[in-house]
Amino acid sequence: MSAISATPRGQRRASALETSFKQNRGFYGAIVLFALLYITYNFLHPRGFTTNVLIANANESVALAFVAMAQAVPVLAGGLDLSVGAVMTLAACIASELVNGDPLRMAFGCLVTLGAATAFGFVNGAIVVYGRLQPIIVTLATGAVAIGLALLIRPKPGGDVDLDLNWAATNSLRDLAETYHLFEDGEAAWLQPIAWVPVPLLILVLVALLVWVPFKRTVTGRTIYAIGSAEGAAYMSGLPINRAKLAAFTLAGFFAGCAGLYLAIQTGSGNADIPQAGAYTLNSIAAVVLGGVSLLGGIGSAIGALIGALILRSISFYFRILSIDPLLQPLVEGVVLLAAVSLGAVRALRVKNRLELFR
Amino acid sequence: MASLIARIKPDDFPILVASGFILVILLAGTGYTLATLGTMPLLTPNYLLTQLQTGAFLGIVAAGMMTVILLGHIDLSVPWTMTAAAMMASTIGGPAAIPTGLAIGLCVGLVNGLGVAYLRIPSMIFTLGVDSVMRGLMVAHTGGFAPQDTATDLMRYLAADKILGIPVAIFVWAAVSIVIAAILSRTAFGKSIYATGNREAAAYLSGIRTRWVIVGAFVISGLCAASAGILLAGYSNKAYQGMGNAYLLPAIAAVVIGGTHILGGRGRFIGTVVGVILIVLLNSVLSIMQMPEAGRQIIYGTVIITMLLVYGRTARVTS
Repeated sequence: MSAISATPRGQRRASALETSFKQNRGFYGAIVLFALLYITYNFLHPRGFTTNVLIANANESVALAFVAMAQAVPVLAGGLDLSVGAVMTLAACIASELVNGDPLRMAFGCLVTLGAATAFGFVNGAIVVYGRLQPIIVTLATGAVAIGLALLIRPKPGGDVDLDLNWAATNSLRDLAETYHLFEDGEAAWLQPIAWVPVPLLILVLVALLVWVPFKRTVTGRTIYAIGSAEGAAYMSGLPINRAKLAAFTLAGFFAGCAGLYLAIQTGSGNADIPQAGAYTLNSIAAVVLGGVSLLGGIGSAIGALIGALILRSISFYFRILSIDPLLQPLVEGVVLLAAVSLGAVRALRVKNRLELFR
Repeated sequence: MASLIARIKPDDFPILVASGFILVILLAGTGYTLATLGTMPLLTPNYLLTQLQTGAFLGIVAAGMMTVILLGHIDLSVPWTMTAAAMMASTIGGPAAIPTGLAIGLCVGLVNGLGVAYLRIPSMIFTLGVDSVMRGLMVAHTGGFAPQDTATDLMRYLAADKILGIPVAIFVWAAVSIVIAAILSRTAFGKSIYATGNREAAAYLSGIRTRWVIVGAFVISGLCAASAGILLAGYSNKAYQGMGNAYLLPAIAAVVIGGTHILGGRGRFIGTVVGVILIVLLNSVLSIMQMPEAGRQIIYGTVIITMLLVYGRTARVTS
């Protein structure tokens, strides 16, 4: 396509950017919306644009951002995963049992937590692919199973996650280095320009860049998009449909596991809280939509969902600085969500041929 | 035997399997009580009627949910529609209580329907947004606490009283079921729901006003959720925060276990009734066995998956 055309390189790049913009309108819109929301928030905040505010905000957003990424992958394949919140809870409960003791043991605990969540996602995928059942109802049921397992592991809230790890993972890079006596206790000259970076944000970006971006470029990753666009066409093109669906749910399990692990480290405990799991699942769907992922599949990315989660969280940050009656908070959240999804849909009123609307 | 199985219509197969499973649950529960207590409380009419009374609330929610699922949509606004209807009904009180609650259901259904049919927003996200708006309105209305108003006498009568030893709630459920079953199988609107659920473009091209069909189905769902909320408030004598939360997922599960296809277009109403009874009995037998919450959740999930693996498998996508 563009490789064959004889346009100069600069022009080609510009038109590639234009195409990318046209194809990912929702994604770029989400970025602009988030930037507006968050910068305004910092202006209004009495201690805005400081590391402390950033760290506090990042800590509150990480779990939801991971869950939103988890939701995005099956949604891209035209499915839905109603178990992400439950798998997150399960992972948090496992982590609250295992992530303590000496460093080796903690690393083992983290691995087991992530492994269990990933395996759970794989089972979801296997039931969907080999059982040929609808993802929405399968994950509804396996979500109940995940909550049951979480309750078995942790009938009462509690647990002892390593306190050093808790401190290191929820503060800035400098605090991380200081906790583990790395880089001259965080005073090394080269570290200073980036010492303010919140560790939670770093974890989030690293996982997104090291897991999602490479995965998206593989054949399996592209197939997920193809299934979401037109499963029949993907099958006829000889794409590995089963493998891609399995991978989508497995990756969802992994991201949900990351969310649970972080939640356990952040709160220092695990809690098999059924309403909380449900709230995370529902918020993940909202985040996915806000981030420009089409619920019909095929359009968007996990990064978009991540931004969507940040938008959702930014909205709730406003309640603290603008003295809005806390009783009105759920109402404002609901109205903002409805307004955001309705804005993107006004296009439907202008379509001339009604048949284009049906899919 | 083989010819007998072959003669069963595909739509009836799930209903037969689910009914069989209800018997299995009852037998397993009876076996358990015989072994531990030496009695058979599960097979007494009194126990079964109590279960049906509990099932009435879920049954009414599921009936509305089914009309929406038949379209290939879903209504996630059920929990707070129930709560809002119950709260407003008990706040208004007097003879206007029940009409007020139903009016709330009607409004929520209309908003849902218009958003899904005209703005073409996926029902999954739009009804979710409406649900959180309703929650916000109710939190603002009550201040986040359980309201002090109690249910009216009529609400209490409908939910908790008995006629000839049979709970009135069962009659309400039966009435709602008959109305919806008649709508689905006997009216043009019902046939349009199936047609639109199968393929909306084809239904539109054959002259069905599909947008109004969608709005109508969501209104039914809103009205059903509101009725269930009003009944539930009558049953517990008051409305409280989050009273509808426990009904959303079981309602979807009951509809799907009853053989309704989650992507729409296929399913019989009697299946939903069977699905509701199955879920209510399963919950009750597990609580008789004093199964802890953990075990209940696991069994609950496993049962849904197993039942669907028996009859819910879809065709392989090959074109």
